[in-house]
Amino acid sequence: METFAVVSGSLSAVGYGLAAIGPGIGVGLIFASYIQSTARQPESARITTPFLWIGFAVVEALALLGIAFGFVFSSGTPG
Amino acid sequence: MLERPAVLAAEFPPSVEEFFTPSLIAGAGDWLTKFTLYTWVTVALLIIFFLVAYRNPKLVPTKTQWIAESVYGFGRNTVAKDMIGPEGIRFAPYLTTLFVFILVMNFYAIVPGIQISPNSHIAFPAILAVISYVMFIWLGVRKHGFGKYFKTALMPPAPWFMMPILIPIELFSTFIARPATLALRLFANMFAGHMILLVFTLGGFALFNADSLWIKPLSLLSWLMAVVLTFLEFLIIVLQSYVFVVLTSSYIQGALADEH
Repeated sequence: METFAVVSGSLSAVGYGLAAIGPGIGVGLIFASYIQSTARQPESARITTPFLWIGFAVVEALALLGIAFGFVFSSGTPG
Repeated sequence: MLERPAVLAAEFPPSVEEFFTPSLIAGAGDWLTKFTLYTWVTVALLIIFFLVAYRNPKLVPTKTQWIAESVYGFGRNTVAKDMIGPEGIRFAPYLTTLFVFILVMNFYAIVPGIQISPNSHIAFPAILAVISYVMFIWLGVRKHGFGKYFKTALMPPAPWFMMPILIPIELFSTFIARPATLALRLFANMFAGHMILLVFTLGGFALFNADSLWIKPLSLLSWLMAVVLTFLEFLIIVLQSYVFVVLTSSYIQGALADEH
């Protein structure tokens, strides 16, 4: 089969870009709900702050796995 | 500003090779690197700090004693008591030690001259995650008995026909994903943080050494971003050590929980 068009360059960069969509939306949802709940009931801020940070870190882990695995799958040398 | 000041123009873009530093003393063997040295420095620092702070404890604390007590108070009250409950106090020493250890190990990522954290090699977070993993399984087995613990851990309260789906999910989530994500989360944060700082710092040098005179001022912007991201990195450092400890205590609480 003839090649009509070629996309060259790093595919892992495209992969990371796609992988960053989900965690981006996730972190936005977490902070949005924290801000909303604090706006409705400011006394709850003390109770929900630990959940805020835990949730942020858990969702951010996926985004960072995207960065790290970009290097793992491209250069072949794992961290 | 660079890790290796002898090499002024390090190659840009930075690669994973930046994380494998040469031996500190040439000929001493590959094991003596920045990472092993600063792990030992961390241990020495923490032992000396807490010993000295509590050498002559007074009722009205001195400044060092107050700092040490605040750190332990944070680990005891905010982490152990809130997450595990009153019986969690006996874990407070380990959780506090874990918190300060990871905090100091992470902190090397922004100290000028060191600028890399031993936690950016998967080995160190992996061991800490394995300790947490063995810990919560051991505690659950010791409290409930071997069979009972795995029964309550693997079978959530759900109708019997859902079990064939739920048991593999619970097995994967509790016994495979928990230690893996604990380690990977800490490692990936430190790895990515160091990589980002490298990109902006080395990128500044690459822009500075560009041929065109119009591009050279952009190097200042790049270095400004490096400064801003260093502050962000500080937030990530504290947050990741907090999250590791809080998740460990949450798993302990789950293992010690009485069945519904």
